[in-house]
Amino acid sequence: MIRLRDYEPLLNELSVPGRRGYYLPECDVPGKAEDYLPSEALRKEDAPLPELSEVDVVRHFSRLSDLNYCIETGIYPLGSCTMKYNPKINEYAASLPEFANLHPMVPVSAAQGALELMYKLQKYLAEITGMDAVTLQPAAGAHGEYTGLAIIAAYHRSRGDHDRVEVLVPDSAHGTNPASAAVAGLKVIEIPSDSRGLVDLEGLKAALGPRTAALMLTNPNTLGLFESDIVEIARLVHEAGGLLYYDGANLNGTMGVCRPGDMGFDVVHLNLHKTFSTPHGGGGPGSGPVGVKKHLEPFLPVPVVALSESGEYYLDYDRPQSIGRVRTFYGNFGVCVKAYAYIRRLGPEGLKRVCEYAVLHANYIWARLREHYRFRYDRICKHECVAMPTKEMMDNDVHTKDIAKRLMDYGYHAPTIYFPLIVPEALMIEPTETETLQELDGFCDALIAIKKEALENPQVVKDAPHNTPVRRLDDVAAAKNPILNWRKLGNL
Amino acid sequence: MKVPADLYYTKTHEWAKVEGNKARIGITDHAQEALGEIVFVELPQVGDELSAGDSLGAVESVKAASDVYTPVSGKVVAVNEALLSSPGDINADPYGKGWMVEIEMSNPSEVEKLLDAKAYEELLKEEA
Amino acid sequence: MPYIPTTPEETRRMLSVIGVEKIEDLFADIPEEIRLKRPMDLPKPMSEAEVKRHMEELANKNKVLINFIGAGAYERLIPTIVPYILSRWEIYSAYTPYQPEVSQGTLQMIFEFQSLMCELTGMEVATASHYDGATAAAEAALMSCADTRKHKVLVSRAVHPQYRDVIRTYATGQRIEIVEIPIKDGRTDLAELEKLLAAKDVAGVILQNPNFLGQIESMAEAVQLAHKAGALGIAVFDPISLGVLAPPGEYDADIAVGEGQSLGLPLSYGGPYLGIVTSKERLVRRLPGRLIGATRDVDGKRGFVMTLATREQHIRREKATSNICTNEALCATAATIYLAALGKEGLKEVARQCVLKSHYAYEKLTSIPGVTPVFTGPFFCEFALKTDKLTPKEGYKGLADKGFAAALDLTPYYPEYEGAMLFAVTEARTKAEIDALAAAMGGLLA
Repeated sequence: MIRLRDYEPLLNELSVPGRRGYYLPECDVPGKAEDYLPSEALRKEDAPLPELSEVDVVRHFSRLSDLNYCIETGIYPLGSCTMKYNPKINEYAASLPEFANLHPMVPVSAAQGALELMYKLQKYLAEITGMDAVTLQPAAGAHGEYTGLAIIAAYHRSRGDHDRVEVLVPDSAHGTNPASAAVAGLKVIEIPSDSRGLVDLEGLKAALGPRTAALMLTNPNTLGLFESDIVEIARLVHEAGGLLYYDGANLNGTMGVCRPGDMGFDVVHLNLHKTFSTPHGGGGPGSGPVGVKKHLEPFLPVPVVALSESGEYYLDYDRPQSIGRVRTFYGNFGVCVKAYAYIRRLGPEGLKRVCEYAVLHANYIWARLREHYRFRYDRICKHECVAMPTKEMMDNDVHTKDIAKRLMDYGYHAPTIYFPLIVPEALMIEPTETETLQELDGFCDALIAIKKEALENPQVVKDAPHNTPVRRLDDVAAAKNPILNWRKLGNL
Repeated sequence: MKVPADLYYTKTHEWAKVEGNKARIGITDHAQEALGEIVFVELPQVGDELSAGDSLGAVESVKAASDVYTPVSGKVVAVNEALLSSPGDINADPYGKGWMVEIEMSNPSEVEKLLDAKAYEELLKEEA
Repeated sequence: MPYIPTTPEETRRMLSVIGVEKIEDLFADIPEEIRLKRPMDLPKPMSEAEVKRHMEELANKNKVLINFIGAGAYERLIPTIVPYILSRWEIYSAYTPYQPEVSQGTLQMIFEFQSLMCELTGMEVATASHYDGATAAAEAALMSCADTRKHKVLVSRAVHPQYRDVIRTYATGQRIEIVEIPIKDGRTDLAELEKLLAAKDVAGVILQNPNFLGQIESMAEAVQLAHKAGALGIAVFDPISLGVLAPPGEYDADIAVGEGQSLGLPLSYGGPYLGIVTSKERLVRRLPGRLIGATRDVDGKRGFVMTLATREQHIRREKATSNICTNEALCATAATIYLAALGKEGLKEVARQCVLKSHYAYEKLTSIPGVTPVFTGPFFCEFALKTDKLTPKEGYKGLADKGFAAALDLTPYYPEYEGAMLFAVTEARTKAEIDALAAAMGGLLA
């Protein structure tokens, strides 16, 4: 077998003075640039960028990409991250030159195709979530959370309700929920989960009051469980004068079956890079559209994509109650194109089928693993399930981190680990609908084999991974003496 | 697990050494062990006014960050800046070189509400 | 069903392992009253071929214009290898590198991005990316308040109007006061800045260079004034301009942020773009979002990890420095490939061609009778003009009808410059295109 190189130097280490990877056309107008600029505005020395040929650059990134696991490699079962297959037709659509080369400030008459797509996507997302209006402006889920909470804060202010500054967040929530509330200037009140893994109604009642701005909820929650008291929860929150915020990270677990709008939520954000199949890019870009009910529509960020009576799409800036802008232009349009293509490909039945199979696959994993791992909430789940190592494994000092690392030796990416925080040693598994039965079986077999190793030969698990391009990395040293750019490498 | 007899403790695992109207504050041996290797310490500024229960700073390992709460109210009169460059002092010597701040107490009677060594040892037993 | 491989037979097998009869049984805990009892009201599904045709038809409803508009987004020559490399799915379909052992590709690319941003700006640290230039600027404003414990930020009126909007939106929640620094002849009025700083209650001072109107600011002087008053100096930069212009590190900025779209990203009707956040090392613990650091593995081999994560939302929750989680990693990778391809000489050449072509266009357009410049100071690649005959609306529309995106109306953003139209010229434009624009403009005025 050919062993691929698993070490690649950095760009600056590959640099050879005098090399170039790209040549501009010769400048066809006369002059010397520096003559037009005041000398004190010029840089004293050239930016010390590396110098490489085109082949150098292509090989460098080619080799680096060989060091990555990706969704085309195999199952990527990160809980709450919804790593599903990224259809290639979506990539094609976003790269069409009339989309890709469109400047955001051209006259709207030159952007009717783009605006029509955005307008329709807003409508589709409103229908999917049961909301009345949608903005595509937020660039990611957390950005959507911030936008939604800023809308809620503006709504309460507009009613003179200046004391409503508290946001209730369950202890099982994504970390972005409390962080976004803080950025929006709201105070976070954590509410407990009960023995079912659901919102504790008594705890909720105790926290509600005249200071309540909103409750943030993920449904299904981060344990993969449906908050079946949602109607009662919504009633309690609304009666107390608060609003309900839906974190759409787990929409894959209910899409087409029941909608946040019908559950009683006033605001939702979606993650197009989760539910709607757009790629994660190694960390981004995402897109975090926000949907609202009628009473919150005036507060949406400007501009809103609208349709005139004469049938022209336009950008509506005349919205005096708007929270303002949350980013430049109109959002991550390129990501929206992909999500739009996905919705058109699947249609209403297809999107519901997505949810059904995401849930079927997650339950299949739960059913196959429940004899081998612990499940604190050992029952039918939605799109994800949360496992824990057994006591015997822990007695052998094999922990969740070790299991995650050992999975890589078997060729699988690890689930989300140590989250949600209310489950110690959590392994949070979300397979999605796009995995095959064979891939799911392979993944479960690997986890079962690792359990056996943990009992019989724990060291092999504790030392894992053994077969990856690098092995366990010293993250304590990385945090103690941060080396954040290549100038600081020293002899590393 | 060391729990020196001459200190006061909190349920959130801080210790206080009281001398006159001043209290020297840090985190307990138990707290440092639970956190693991400490890589960063955040301290208040001298002159900050704090009320009992306020966060006075934080200690961080690679995977966790913990706020540290002041057991007593008052003005910060000294901070242990040595921790900024060697946060590991908290792991090595939590009650000595690992102290974090000194507070001039505005209400010394608050000390009476803190746990003594025996009560803190009981707490640790309960939590185990 | 597209993208769902499980067959009816496999479905039955899975259901029996779970111990339920049908898929609906998995949803038994959803209360009847909130179930959707009808299909969603969406268009019916299309085959892949139909989707392809439909998307092409939609795209064709956009008009392709020759672009002379900038205003925060710039058409550029993008080396072919940038989109080709980015289309490798090992790069675009990986997740955030939570398991470093199988994510060294992503981690090293982002480490290289951070390093390149430091080389370009002369700053000491750079993050793994932010949403866009405007949100990066808003984060910089919040950082300055956290660092100085003050609650007022000064923002030049010559900063991109949308950036100012976003900064204001974020400031509202944080109860931070935003005060605009007036402009004079298209540049930040430093005498006014000095007055606004007199009370020494300012956390940060934000200037953009080149500014929204295209003019070059006296950054060193502004930063010095900020420092004298105990405020942080915050620069909003255009990364391409740093091929020739002094970088923020040289004029002692504390935080420097920018829009990285120019570094190999298509215009894509406004996004995804790339927020660049850099700062002095002293502020590293206040930076928003992900940072990648170098370290060793158990065998002593060099590798990269996410580090200083305790600043971030998944650990620090409401006390995090920012709520950002998903960032713009793929866009940062595009910028890394772009800069690797251009290198030291290439970037300088791009910047020089922007200067020369925009000045050629400026000469050409201002030689048309009735066309005059609005500002007289030096500019990088963008400039404002007005005419004695055309309103900006007429210019913008008239030129669009002739195939050009040009003459952006400044009036909505700067009523005091009524009649001003903004033009941008990058290295992507040719002399022939510039001549054609001038001819079209002349035609409108004739």
